[in-house]
Amino acid sequence: MRTLTDAWAWLTDSAHWAGDDGIGHRLLQHLVLTVVCLVISCLIALPVALVLGHLGKGGALAVNISNAGRAVPAFAVLVLLLLTPIGSWGEGPSVVALVLFAVPPLLTNAYVGMREVDRSIVQAARGMGMTGRQMLFHVELPLSLPMVLTGVRIAAVQLVATATIAALAGGGGLGRIITAGFNLASTPMVVAGAILVAVFALIVEGVFELAERLAPVRLRGSR
Amino acid sequence: MTAPPNDCLARNEWICGAYLTSRRQILLDAVGQHLRLTAVSVLVGLVIAVPLAVLARRRRWSAAPVLGVTTILYTIPSLAMFSLLLPLYGLSATLVVAGLVLYSLTLLVRNILAGLRAVPEETRQAARGLGYGPIRLLLTVELPLALPAAMAGLRIATVSAVSLVTVGAIVGFGGLGNLIYAGMNTYFKAQVLTASVLCVLIAVAADLLLLGVQRLLTPWTRAARA
Repeated sequence: MRTLTDAWAWLTDSAHWAGDDGIGHRLLQHLVLTVVCLVISCLIALPVALVLGHLGKGGALAVNISNAGRAVPAFAVLVLLLLTPIGSWGEGPSVVALVLFAVPPLLTNAYVGMREVDRSIVQAARGMGMTGRQMLFHVELPLSLPMVLTGVRIAAVQLVATATIAALAGGGGLGRIITAGFNLASTPMVVAGAILVAVFALIVEGVFELAERLAPVRLRGSR
Repeated sequence: MTAPPNDCLARNEWICGAYLTSRRQILLDAVGQHLRLTAVSVLVGLVIAVPLAVLARRRRWSAAPVLGVTTILYTIPSLAMFSLLLPLYGLSATLVVAGLVLYSLTLLVRNILAGLRAVPEETRQAARGLGYGPIRLLLTVELPLALPAAMAGLRIATVSAVSLVTVGAIVGFGGLGNLIYAGMNTYFKAQVLTASVLCVLIAVAADLLLLGVQRLLTPWTRAARA
């Protein structure tokens, strides 16, 4: 309990919110890093997954890439990137590593969603004379949207977690408060940073959960 | 080849045979620690997860809170999880194990519960009709039938644990993560690459090992497919 009150005192001290190492700036860094990387990852993964799903090709790759992604430690990738020339680009290693870890869940979920669209509906669309493009955008994509969005949510949570680990390899974001706390041997600071990160991650998860609930009925998954 | 001024260690190359031979003991120690941390956490996770999943299956009201809490735990990033446990366990291996147990719980409980729920009602009724009590039903009918799903969860949990152990480097108990962390601070490329590759190899080996165990434990799934 003592540590929690100390951590609370640390969090509510206005001096800790200001400046480049302050909570405000770290929070902004974390948010920007997460959002930017989520957008980049979606731009990379979703078109590939939708086309592969539409053509019904590359399924083994799309599904197994998630399992492979789980076996590779984010921390190792971050440090490896840091020691390559990318390491001199400031946030370069963080951005590349974050995108690498967000792409697999996006790819897998969008691909599976596309393939789970009822085949008879797709055949009906083809029978009506729809072109491939029309089928993709007017039939398959709308029907697979719940799965696609589940992938986006998983990717977003993954991004928040990886962005935290990025601090271990010198990246910015809320994780820096934790690493700084360890370096200063200040348990209240470590715990305060951890609470911020945990709350941030839960809010991200909560926002997606809420969006799913508020979405029109036809967008909701069977979950 | 290993002339001191111009070997691959001195040139700080990514791939370096001299690193493997000269740091053999360090690597073995790190791999040992990595394996111990992973094995202990997954086993403890399993010991806690099975009763939780059975409880969630038997008592309908408990399913939502059990799944809810484990999902929330899984959402918390690993570095934050270890940090939150710091006041409880200090800088110790127990801290890393405790964090990893909490993560494996989510995956294990979810999969075991899914396996238990997938046991056909007719099968359960047939067993009851044969006079099976609740315990015997659980041990000899439900759990064996839930094995494939449970093993799938165990494999995911183990592979995740192998990769998450590296984050334990923040408290000095990260197995190969310690080598990656130290290699980062000294820009020691061979060490970082070797430790990273070993991590992935351990994960793949553990996954294949568990797949083999699963095949041995559930011979009927192969018979059905053949």
